[in-house]
Amino acid sequence: MNKIKVGLASCGIAAGAKQIQEYIQNEIKDKKLSIALEETGCIGMCYNEPLVEVFSDSGQWLYGNVTEEKAEKIIEHHAQNDKPIKEWLVKAENIQTDDDSYFAKQLKIASRNCGIIDPTKIDDYISTGGYESLKKALKTPPQDIIKEIITSGIRGRGGGGFPTGVKWESAVIAAKKKGEKPIIVCNADEGDPGAFMDRNLMESDPHTVLEGLIIGAYAIGAEEGYIYIRREYPLALKRIESAVKQAQEKGFLGQNILGSDFKLEIKIHRGAGAFVCGESTALMASMMGKAGEPRAKYIHNVESGFKNKPTVLNNVETFANIPVILEKGAKWFAEIGSGDVTDNPWGGSSGTKVFSLVGNLERTGLIEVPMGITLREIVYDIGGGIPKGRKFKAIQTGGPSGGCLPESHLDLEVDFDSLTKAGSMMGSGGMIVMDDKTCMVDVAKYFITFLKGESCGKCTPCREGLIALDEILTRITKGKGKEGDIELMDNICETMKIASLCELGKSAPNPVLSTIKYFRDEYEAHIKDKKCPAGVCKELIKYKVNDNCTGCTICAKNCPVDAISGKPKEMHFIDQEKCIKCNVCYEVCNFDAITVK
Amino acid sequence: MANIDKIIDKWNADPDYVIEMMQDIQDELRHTPREALEQITKRTKVPLARLYHIATFYKSFSLTPQGIHKIQVCTGTACHVKGAPNILDAFARELKTEIGETTEDGKYTLDEVRCLGCCSLAPVVMINDDVYGNFTTKKIKSLLEKYK
Repeated sequence: MNKIKVGLASCGIAAGAKQIQEYIQNEIKDKKLSIALEETGCIGMCYNEPLVEVFSDSGQWLYGNVTEEKAEKIIEHHAQNDKPIKEWLVKAENIQTDDDSYFAKQLKIASRNCGIIDPTKIDDYISTGGYESLKKALKTPPQDIIKEIITSGIRGRGGGGFPTGVKWESAVIAAKKKGEKPIIVCNADEGDPGAFMDRNLMESDPHTVLEGLIIGAYAIGAEEGYIYIRREYPLALKRIESAVKQAQEKGFLGQNILGSDFKLEIKIHRGAGAFVCGESTALMASMMGKAGEPRAKYIHNVESGFKNKPTVLNNVETFANIPVILEKGAKWFAEIGSGDVTDNPWGGSSGTKVFSLVGNLERTGLIEVPMGITLREIVYDIGGGIPKGRKFKAIQTGGPSGGCLPESHLDLEVDFDSLTKAGSMMGSGGMIVMDDKTCMVDVAKYFITFLKGESCGKCTPCREGLIALDEILTRITKGKGKEGDIELMDNICETMKIASLCELGKSAPNPVLSTIKYFRDEYEAHIKDKKCPAGVCKELIKYKVNDNCTGCTICAKNCPVDAISGKPKEMHFIDQEKCIKCNVCYEVCNFDAITVK
Repeated sequence: MANIDKIIDKWNADPDYVIEMMQDIQDELRHTPREALEQITKRTKVPLARLYHIATFYKSFSLTPQGIHKIQVCTGTACHVKGAPNILDAFARELKTEIGETTEDGKYTLDEVRCLGCCSLAPVVMINDDVYGNFTTKKIKSLLEKYK
């Protein structure tokens, strides 16, 4: 029987995949077709959502941008009569498509099953070799597993880049010294705006995360495990909850796991909306029913973390890699990526990294690439370049604490160390591409406003520093910047870097420092010339009607403040006194007749 | 209060889970009223001051009732770059309310959120649990029609 799979992760649903699924379901029911309908997660090709895959005698075929009309034809021609509709295909086994280059440079380890298996069924995961690594692990002494993880060179995927195996080893040593059982925590509080790698891993393949967590618990000797998921991800939460239940039923969790002496109980905590809770000590405070305020780092979590017990905290993506490392071997993993991690996990960045590639790009989505790939390959070969013939301006990595890199850095190799050296950071994996219509001062202000709101307020440099930076940036974007403002910001940033309590505060100046470093001329245009070259800062721009105007009246009809006048078929005019610069006229104009300057 | 006790029971009145209890209360009552917090204090022995600290620290909680429909305009980085601030302003104009406020008829609460993790479909708007991608200001009127 032929089979149809619909991708139902959050982004697919937002693009209308649920309606497509219902439509196909009704078609099958109404026409009494013998076609199986299943669901899957997200393969990462978000720009082609909704995605529908057909499995027929002739192979496996993926269709993109599916509408109800397209779905009807796909069922009729392909699912019933095995005649694939080639022009709608985005990926197929024997046919080349324009989208092949999206996958050509990717290598999937953590996200290997995403968009392929049904995330709601544990048997689907097991049929791809799932939980085999756990079985293997339980027959291996725990210290050998830790050794294997150290050899693989894997470093924390949440942003810190600390070698995972070394963290595990330290927790075991601390636990022995204190005579306590360690705790294992999965950090699924993916708070970086512009990043959704972990959301998709949990939604599309929750069991791989769970298996990695269980193996980790066994390796360090933990009997209590926690997963902390942010509330903004309701579907991920649902999928993880059901995965935990299924794993319990199959005996992968609970007492005497797979007949061994090893036992593990997993509890789930929901975050309540606080960016700082992605920071490990804040997260643990939140798990104890307190406000998420970090503490100083000289007390290490591996010695005294959750409830003062030795605690290992790893990110979702880190755990998702663990089963594959055990399956294919540490050496195999260590050879992928950049640098040399033999004998020293700090010597390079092994393995792959999942990135959310978004912003002003032709193809946006989730990609998994080997470490060491260049930014240029990511932006142009995978992302397909900048749409509408615009120019590349910057790529922002590392979330709010990261930085913006200009075109001259496009040949930079992407790994933990080189990004930090360039003034940005790997972070959890958000990559936002910005075109020449983006104002870098506005971007810096955006991040600082965000961080100001999210600073927990415990230490002075972060709390007051962010308020001061926000004030200066606001003044610059309003055309009231003063000579010396750039130097003043530099000074404040330096203090924050040295004196803040946690990493959030220490890295908070990055967006300002990196934009000053690479886009200083834009700051100067705002301060000296009172101009926003990108046409973004409202106080510094004007909306004007240009000669392209045909007098179609659509802008006047849509203007919320009636600032546009003009007779039909005659050129229109914007009253600058009334104009609130809401951009509506620019959006509705079909003739490119609004100039923003 | 019966409902509040039910929620507290669900989490075994465990002080570690007060944030969870408060989230359930917020979902049920669309805010976390003082009486509910007092009840949690009574049952879990967590000081009321700490509960207020939590209620004002985390974004999920509000001390005054929220609208029936919660409109969240995503202002994550990708959405920001693709024009989310204009969408947020347009909602505020259409609903005649401020960001973070509830309309006078108690129907809508307008808020911003960073981020919903649908960055590839930016800009994104979420109403209650439904997410709408590739949003433009033109879609606001027809969208509000759906949530009356």
